Amino acid sequence: MHIDVHNKKTFYSSSGREIDLNQPTIIFVHGSGLTHVTWVLQTRYFAFHGYNTIAVDLPGHGYSDGPPLETIEEMADWVSGLINVLGVKKASYVGHSQGCLIGLEFAYRYPEKLQLLALINGSLSMKMNPELLSLAQNKDQRAVDLMMDWVHGPLGQIGGHPVPGLNHIGMGNQLVKSNNNGTLGYDFGACDKYINGLKAAQSIKTPTICIIGKHDRMTPKKVGLELSKAINNSETNIIEDSGHMSILETASETLSLLKKFFKKYN
Amino acid sequence: MAEPKTYKFNTKSLHTGHQPDKNFGSRAVPIYQSTSYLFQDSDHAAALFNLEQGGHIYTRISNPTIAVLEERVAALEGGSSALATASGMSAMMLAILSICSAGDHIVASSQLYGGSFNLLRLTLPRFGIETTFVKPRDIEGFKKAIQPNTKLIFGELIGNPGIEILNLPEISKISQEAHIPLIIDGTFNTPYLCNLFDLGADVIIHSLTKWMAGHGTSIGGIIVEKGQFDWKKDNKFPTMTEPYPGYHGLSFAEEFGPAALTMRARAEGMRDFGPCMSPVNAFNILMGIETLSLRMDKHISNTKIMVDYLSKNENVSWVNHPSLHNHPDHELAKKLLPNGQGSMIAFGVKGGRKAGQAFIDSMKLTSHLANVGDAKSLVIHPASTTHSQMDKKSLELAGLTEDMIRFSVGLEDMEDIINDFENGFRAAKKINK
Repeated sequence: MHIDVHNKKTFYSSSGREIDLNQPTIIFVHGSGLTHVTWVLQTRYFAFHGYNTIAVDLPGHGYSDGPPLETIEEMADWVSGLINVLGVKKASYVGHSQGCLIGLEFAYRYPEKLQLLALINGSLSMKMNPELLSLAQNKDQRAVDLMMDWVHGPLGQIGGHPVPGLNHIGMGNQLVKSNNNGTLGYDFGACDKYINGLKAAQSIKTPTICIIGKHDRMTPKKVGLELSKAINNSETNIIEDSGHMSILETASETLSLLKKFFKKYN
Repeated sequence: MAEPKTYKFNTKSLHTGHQPDKNFGSRAVPIYQSTSYLFQDSDHAAALFNLEQGGHIYTRISNPTIAVLEERVAALEGGSSALATASGMSAMMLAILSICSAGDHIVASSQLYGGSFNLLRLTLPRFGIETTFVKPRDIEGFKKAIQPNTKLIFGELIGNPGIEILNLPEISKISQEAHIPLIIDGTFNTPYLCNLFDLGADVIIHSLTKWMAGHGTSIGGIIVEKGQFDWKKDNKFPTMTEPYPGYHGLSFAEEFGPAALTMRARAEGMRDFGPCMSPVNAFNILMGIETLSLRMDKHISNTKIMVDYLSKNENVSWVNHPSLHNHPDHELAKKLLPNGQGSMIAFGVKGGRKAGQAFIDSMKLTSHLANVGDAKSLVIHPASTTHSQMDKKSLELAGLTEDMIRFSVGLEDMEDIINDFENGFRAAKKINK
């Protein structure tokens, strides 16, 4: 589905469902260099169980026109614009990795538009490894290779994808490459620059769930716990077998936690 | 400079896709010889049927043993995903039928396995899908053959049985310019000898029966999807992009992105056509893949011995292998296949058809049968067997001659195979007298 947000063609997947304004809406925002496809093992459930699911491609990602946005603050404003265009007053927000930083800033800037907040593999800030940042900004393929190594835990490295036939590293690699070359550099740069995470987290009054991967090397368990601690009304869940890609590596566990969370508050 | 520590080829061959199970810690991949799988409850059942979550329903659609094989081959090729099938032919059929509908058109290399050639030439036209064949060295011919309704280009990197090398980087430029996927049969090269995705393929199919399994025990095929083809661009691929009523308006390209073709081929192809692999075959093929690199290295070194032997043999009228300097594609083969140019040799026995038959009939150790890529050395006379359903014109188009012997070099001590061949040449000589 394509709509115009801030005068740019924006794609979102609603799992083939029409938006029903009488239903609650959940916006899913992907991580650095990725697209809406990462959410398929969560969104399809909610789309067929009474929710509007809006799994977006951020500007310059997937099927959305570019260029990519350069700061987390701009991305938070863009999410607000998306909600306006959708015609809903409030929406829940589910973010993964970089999507968590956007979620924090969105919650800080637009608390009136936020219903529930889910932060998966998130942290208060994401200072990037300088070498990785430099490679990504120089459009070097090694940035993607390193990312695929570091985002996957032991389970993702060996495999055993929940969807028969899919390969974690191959799928992730191709997803990143499906974006315009250079998008990853914009995303890593935006994450690296973001400094308002603690203040934003402390402002949140919305019920929040934080999902942490025990083997996460990008946003390790320790920083995931700091994020959760900074949010007043937050519950914390650690997934035993997961790396940084909980939404795929341990898709069913992640979905179960989200289902329980949304059921509790809706 | 940090280096990624993701697993390398041999480690993937042995491990990818399999976590030892938590119940028994089985180190080998278990054979899940089960038609179906218990649902936790009706919600779980509904979620599986609606592709809301991953898992297995019925072995025709997916199976835990087969899923390990699929993930392993996808990882070895560097693709997003893979779908294993009952045979290489069914992999080809499902790949094509997941993209093409009646009224669509294919451009294909004329140098193909006989079954592949006949599927395109005789069978698919009955369903409204036509193919234009182009000789593999006629690069411009591929470009000229593309029509507005062309939906894919199909070929083999190492042609069967003529052993021509398809100039994949050049053909890939043509397919990219026309925005149609390039599907390559990689059976003869395997992911060990070259990476077809790096050379420009969008989709790889394999007959796993051959070198991948390697032991002549099990029939199987696979479709491997790279995941970079943009199905939405130009609105040319409705099976990938338009809402599919079979799954509540699902668009495979939008929902599954890099795995769109794999998911379509499984969700529709396996559901409606049903050419599934057996779990036992998946296990056997996995056992073969565990030693793929070791076997391929030996196949290649043995091939070198046999190419040298045949090239110097006075009873042989011609030898065809891309490693030979007089092979028209020698330089291209060295570039595209640096780890070895395959273990198929074609040669002619002096004396023509009857001499060739006498040679084959006298084999004691080398097996005369319709397969390639076994650990054992194999020979066949294509004109009277694998390609026998072709008329004279089609044989010419496929580059076949009546004296051609197709030789799949095995892993035996080549001294023993040479002794066997010596007997064969003695028998051929008697015919010639």
